[in-house]
Amino acid sequence: MLNCKDISKLISESLEKDLPLRTRMAVKFHLMMCSMCRIYYKQTHVLREAVREYGRKHEAPIKKIPADAAEKIKQALADEQKSNH
Amino acid sequence: MKETVNNENPERWVDQYADVLYSFAWSRLNNRASAEDVVQETFLAAFRSKDKFTGNSSIQTWLISILKNKIVDVIRKESREAVTEETKEVHEPADQFFDRKGHWRVAPADWKIHPGQVLEQKEFMDVLSGCLGHLPDNLRRLFVLRELEELNSDEICDELEITASNLWVMLYRARMRLRGCLTENWLEAK
Repeated sequence: MLNCKDISKLISESLEKDLPLRTRMAVKFHLMMCSMCRIYYKQTHVLREAVREYGRKHEAPIKKIPADAAEKIKQALADEQKSNH
Repeated sequence: MKETVNNENPERWVDQYADVLYSFAWSRLNNRASAEDVVQETFLAAFRSKDKFTGNSSIQTWLISILKNKIVDVIRKESREAVTEETKEVHEPADQFFDRKGHWRVAPADWKIHPGQVLEQKEFMDVLSGCLGHLPDNLRRLFVLRELEELNSDEICDELEITASNLWVMLYRARMRLRGCLTENWLEAK
């Protein structure tokens, strides 16, 4: 019998590869019986979705570049431009 | 109208795009110095190859595609340098989430959030950003490549020279820690 720890690992693995049919059935069966693992299953999927949204969300920057770093980059670009002329 | 790269004034690129690039880099590297470095390298690389910019994408998209490659380079390099730390981590001490019989020590709490709603939850995103920063470096690197850069297992195993089963174990640990951190800091803050 698979316990909750096994199931939690398999749910994570199922995001990485197709589980064998037998294993999928065992996970499904466990989830039918276990409300805690059902919540974990939902969390795992919310987590993936949230993290991917976070990763794509650069149109509205969450951080500003420190002013000194921006200046340094401008200087580096200006030097680069000069060395090309 | 297609965008063109302004040859004369690269300074304006910095004013226009540096925040977006920095924010993007920071979300992946969680470190100010590394984020500043990759952003600078990206601007320089873009400047040197500006003639190759075709205008088929926006300048921002083009800059981000350069930045993404640089970020994967940094993560690969960090990961090589940290090989010893990584092998140590494989043997996790006591299990904080399950008892000896493999039962949950603490029942997972219902987050009361559904797929499709996460974008509207700004606080959730803020806490998530903090929790990513709290992952051990080796787990964070793998997790970023997998879930933020959305590389597949094979690509990550190639980049970092690890086995697939090792990758899966580490991703599992990262996910367990993140959900623990989110539960603690988001749910309980409400």
